[in-house]
Amino acid sequence: MVLEKVVEILRNYKDEQDLEVTMDSTFEELELDSLDTVELVMEIEEAFDTSIEMDGELQTIGDVVTLIEKAIA
Amino acid sequence: MNRRVVITGCGAVSPVGSTVDRFWENLKNGKCGIDFIKKFDTTDLKVKIAGEVHDFEPLDYIKKNEIRKTDMFTQYGIGAAVQAMEDSGVQAHVDPTRLGVYMGSGIGGIHTFIDECHKMDEKGPGRISPFFIPMMISNIAAGTIAIRYNAQGPCLPVVTACATGTNAIGEAYRAIKHGYADAIISGGTEASITPLSIAGFANLTALTTTNDPTQASIPFDKRRNGFVMGEGAGALILEDLETALKRGAKIYGEIVGYGHTCDAYHITAPHPEAIGGTRAIAQAMAEAVNAGVHFEDSQIYVNAHGTSTPLNDKSETIAIKNALGDHITRTLVSSTKSMTGHMLGAAGAIEAIASVMALKDGIIPPTIGYKEADPDCDLDYVPNEKRAVQSDVALSISLGFGGHNGCLAFIRYTGE
Repeated sequence: MVLEKVVEILRNYKDEQDLEVTMDSTFEELELDSLDTVELVMEIEEAFDTSIEMDGELQTIGDVVTLIEKAIA
Repeated sequence: MNRRVVITGCGAVSPVGSTVDRFWENLKNGKCGIDFIKKFDTTDLKVKIAGEVHDFEPLDYIKKNEIRKTDMFTQYGIGAAVQAMEDSGVQAHVDPTRLGVYMGSGIGGIHTFIDECHKMDEKGPGRISPFFIPMMISNIAAGTIAIRYNAQGPCLPVVTACATGTNAIGEAYRAIKHGYADAIISGGTEASITPLSIAGFANLTALTTTNDPTQASIPFDKRRNGFVMGEGAGALILEDLETALKRGAKIYGEIVGYGHTCDAYHITAPHPEAIGGTRAIAQAMAEAVNAGVHFEDSQIYVNAHGTSTPLNDKSETIAIKNALGDHITRTLVSSTKSMTGHMLGAAGAIEAIASVMALKDGIIPPTIGYKEADPDCDLDYVPNEKRAVQSDVALSISLGFGGHNGCLAFIRYTGE
């Protein structure tokens, strides 16, 4: 559920509708730099109407999905 | 070190066309780019007209996912820069550490600024975009263009309000002349037609409240009562003459002089005796004389700042007369702002292109909308119709809030 929504946001952000995204995809692989990551996480927070703590550990899409799942549980 | 500096590429984004060909064709034909504002609702505003850009497609120049991370002023700047770089073909021939970018903006990313202010009010600080600052700051067009072309030489985005474009080109000229770079992407860009900026300029009584598009920007006409906001960008590739000759570059013209002074008088009003403006023009002329220009034998074209405000056009006329002296009898003056509106930080750049094209083609673009002579503005302003006159030298003048006065001198390049 969460992953699907995150993938949709990511695809819109990058404007690539056939972008391959899995839990293991890293921001680096997706060619998203630190500014992109901050903005993307904001969009994801807004979509789920929640907020997560951004620390230095956000490496993969799975990291974000896990934090969102915890926050909305 | 004193080297000669030529123009080898041009790019234009303007209310009368967003290629150099379209822009210049429309200027020659006296086409007015001013119209009722279409990009937002003007019901609550006193001013309902502007020179908006309508034929610019950012996707022609910028990847889709990059567009959302760039303010419109940067998009216009990139558009003009890409046109100019492709036109010149200099990239393959210049050492990246000797390629510079002098692309300024008078106001910067005001669209971004407004959007983020709304977000701050509605959603709080946690939702402010991490791109807010890098999108808004007025040097970012230059920074982005430098990344695109790997331009690792001097990068100096000038901010001198309405004189920005002229100062950016002038400073780039000096940098090449004195050996600090071999080629520089120079010019100005502006995208500040927003309800907020219109309200600000209108309440300053700088804008005309004549909401008739063809009778609003009427420089030097007795009925003038303010300027019309324009937007867009102009880019010129300046290059060391020897480098340009070595690679067989197309040469549009040569820059032979630059003057730059400050009124040190008032934040918005020009000095009534136009002392600073006169000195800027005189400096550019003196440098041109050193480069071999004989004003006494020359037909002269002045692309005036000519904003259509009562104060500017009167004091600028004084400055032109004082600086030109006896040469005024061989001088034609026109204000292309009658067609483009006032493109603020981009004005000097787009007008530099108009000046260079006027020399190259032997055509003086007109001052359109001109009907009623003003005794305070008593020069030949080439009213309403272009004139086929081959000028030998062109002076392009810009005068900005803050008292900035800039003037560039151009000649045709004849291979000598």
